[in-house]
This record gives sequence, structure tokens and C-alpha cells, in this order.
Amino acid sequence: MAAALTSQLHALVNNMFATGLLDDQFQQLQMLQDFSAPDFVSEVVTLFCDDGERIIGELARELDKPNVDFDRVDSFAHQLKGSSASVGAQKVKNTCIQFREFCQQRSRDGCLKTLDLVRTEFYDLRNKFQAMLQLEQQIQACYPKH
Amino acid sequence: MMLPDGPILVESIPGKIWSKSARDPAFHESPPVLSSHRSTIRGGRSISLPSSMAVATEAQFHVLAVDDSLPDRKLIERLLKTSSFQGTTRFSLLLAALLSQLLWGLASDGRFGSVCAVTAVDSGSKALEFLGLHDHEESPISDQLDVAVNLIITDYCMPGMTGYDLLKKIKESSYLRDIPVVIMSSDNIPSRINRCLEEGADEFLLKPVRLSDMSKLKPHILKSRCKEHYEQEQHLQSNSSCISRDSHKRKAADDEILPSTIRPRHC
Repeated sequence: MAAALTSQLHALVNNMFATGLLDDQFQQLQMLQDFSAPDFVSEVVTLFCDDGERIIGELARELDKPNVDFDRVDSFAHQLKGSSASVGAQKVKNTCIQFREFCQQRSRDGCLKTLDLVRTEFYDLRNKFQAMLQLEQQIQACYPKH
Repeated sequence: MMLPDGPILVESIPGKIWSKSARDPAFHESPPVLSSHRSTIRGGRSISLPSSMAVATEAQFHVLAVDDSLPDRKLIERLLKTSSFQGTTRFSLLLAALLSQLLWGLASDGRFGSVCAVTAVDSGSKALEFLGLHDHEESPISDQLDVAVNLIITDYCMPGMTGYDLLKKIKESSYLRDIPVVIMSSDNIPSRINRCLEEGADEFLLKPVRLSDMSKLKPHILKSRCKEHYEQEQHLQSNSSCISRDSHKRKAADDEILPSTIRPRHC
């Protein structure tokens, strides 16, 4: 049972790397997890997902205003870019970079289109992270605690 | 001073340490900062310390991390705790470490590891509050802090007070200015990097921060620690000068405060 789950987990994570969803910063997170911090990856990933959801909400709110404050939008995009970079969420990070360019150009259309894209990519990543964490929990449940 | 445009890379051997503070009630789980689980009375002023300060008083090193991003705070805290900032250790420290190892078990890689305590706050103003400095003051209410801070590592881009503003305030303070300050930024802007270094930052790290970056912090932390040890030595060796220094320290606030940091609780 554990073996099947483990290979499922590996396949999922490898796929996330292969499709450019994750970059080597995520491997840094994996390296930081050990017996003294066995839940480190899941904790950081969870914090990122909560933070990301909040920021996307703010971005939508800002872009919905009749007079868009592009500096504020840029600041939120910068925040999301930062936290994506820290967890190795490469695709989301790159889309945030595009987002900031539209902010510089003061292009509401460009920002809205990129917001859609970042939202799709973020939720895709979040779903995969959730699947990953679920598999990890199931695998851990296979082994008795000492 | 000109710096290359590329990211600042460094060679290092990532170290793993065993930490007694393994399952710290982490700051990132609660509203960051100064949730007071414990307080100490010092010169009539009560200073609230987070519960993890219980670890700090036994720790060899203490780092103050400042970042408005919660995932980033989590990451930097883990990076710092994982890194082995070991250097030349005094015999007493080595002995204490060996005894700890006997009691708590061996380090995972068999080496002696340094314990790094981390206080993580989400803003520059909270950092200054922790350091005992308030906006309108240059010197703290109490002339000494309860815990030594060996390094301050701060994000550059933060709402309100930026990392640069925080750096300036620290360097303007006669009693904080000797604490090494490291700035982190996700933007690779040479003029920004220069400005920070010119203002007195000891290091500039490009985000995302990784294990290999921790070796860049080591010389600054060790230097800060050696300075503390040296000053403690001086203090212990000559009683009379110690007494006169003590009475000097207790003088009115407008006297020059001793520039170094902070007397450590434990060494």
C-alpha cells in the first residue's frame, strides 16, 4: 500500500517539476525537512496557498475599481511573485513578472488577462499541492509512530 | 563600489544541525511577533518575550528576522535553524554542547551543531520594538536587552518601514549599530544593493534565499559572537574596571551608552 502511494507521490512531484510548475527552490524546501521539522514542506506550502489566495482576492478587488491604482496592483503582484519564488512555484512566479509589466504599462486589460492566467495557474498548483500533502499523510499513516 | 548584475552566488557546504528547539511553537503559526508567553522585569520595565525566547537564552546565536511575508518568514527561520554557524568555540561552550548531546541524543550527522534561535517579526517597527528602540528615541529605556542579537536579517520591500529604513535606524543607534544587518530582496537592482551596503549593511542576499546563502551569514554572526565573548572576558577579568563600567552604565540616559550590543544571558 505504502509503495503504491509513494510511487504515486513521486510521479506527481516529478510531473510538477517536468511541466515547469516547480523549480529547484522547491527542492530546497524538501532538503530543509528532516526529523526535527517533519512537516516543514506542508507548513510552508499551506502558508503559501493561504497567502496566495488572499493576494489574488486583493488583485481582483483592485482591478475592479473604476480608477485602478496600478502601484497598489503592482505591490500585490510583487508580493505574490516573492512568495511563489520562495516556495519554487515557478509558473506562478513567471506570470507575476508578466503581471508587473502590465502594471508598469498601466494596462487594465493586460492586468485583467494576466490575473485570469495567474488565478488558473495558482489553483492548479494548489490542487496539486493538496494532492501531494494528502498522499504524504496517507503514506505516513502506513507506518506506526515510534 | 560596483557590483555585478547577476545574482550573488556563494560556495558553501550546507550544514545540518540538531537543535534542541526542534518543535518550537513557531511564530508563523500565531500572529507574528511578541506574543507574550513570558516576561522579565528589568530595571522596572517589563519586557514581553515570545515563548521561543526560552530557547534563545540557552542558544548560542540569536537572529532577528524581519519580513512581511509569512511563507518567507517560515523559510528564513528554518534556514537559519538548519545552518551550522559553528566556529571556534570556547571550552565551556563545547563542554555544554557535549553534555547536551549526551542528554538529548547525538546530532544527525555526528557533528557538534550550533543552536540558532530565531525571532521572526513582520515589520520594521516591530523589529525596533523588539530591540528596545522606539521611534522617538535613540537609546532604549533599559540600557541592556535580555537577549543578545547576533544578526538582523531583513527583507527590503515592506510596507511602512522598508528594510533600508530599518537599517538606517539601526545604524543611527549607538547601542544597536554594531549588530550586523543583512538585507534580502527579490529584485536584483545594483543601485539598491549599493545603497544598502553604503548605509552599513553587511550583506545583501537575493531572494529566494537558499541553504547556500547561509554560509554568507556565518562570518558576521561569529564576529558578533566573538565580540560578545571578548567583552565578557574583559568584564570578568578586571573587577574594578567592571564596577566602574557598571556604574557608568547605570548613569543618566544622556550618557554615552556602551556601543556593543547587548549583554548576553548565557554564553
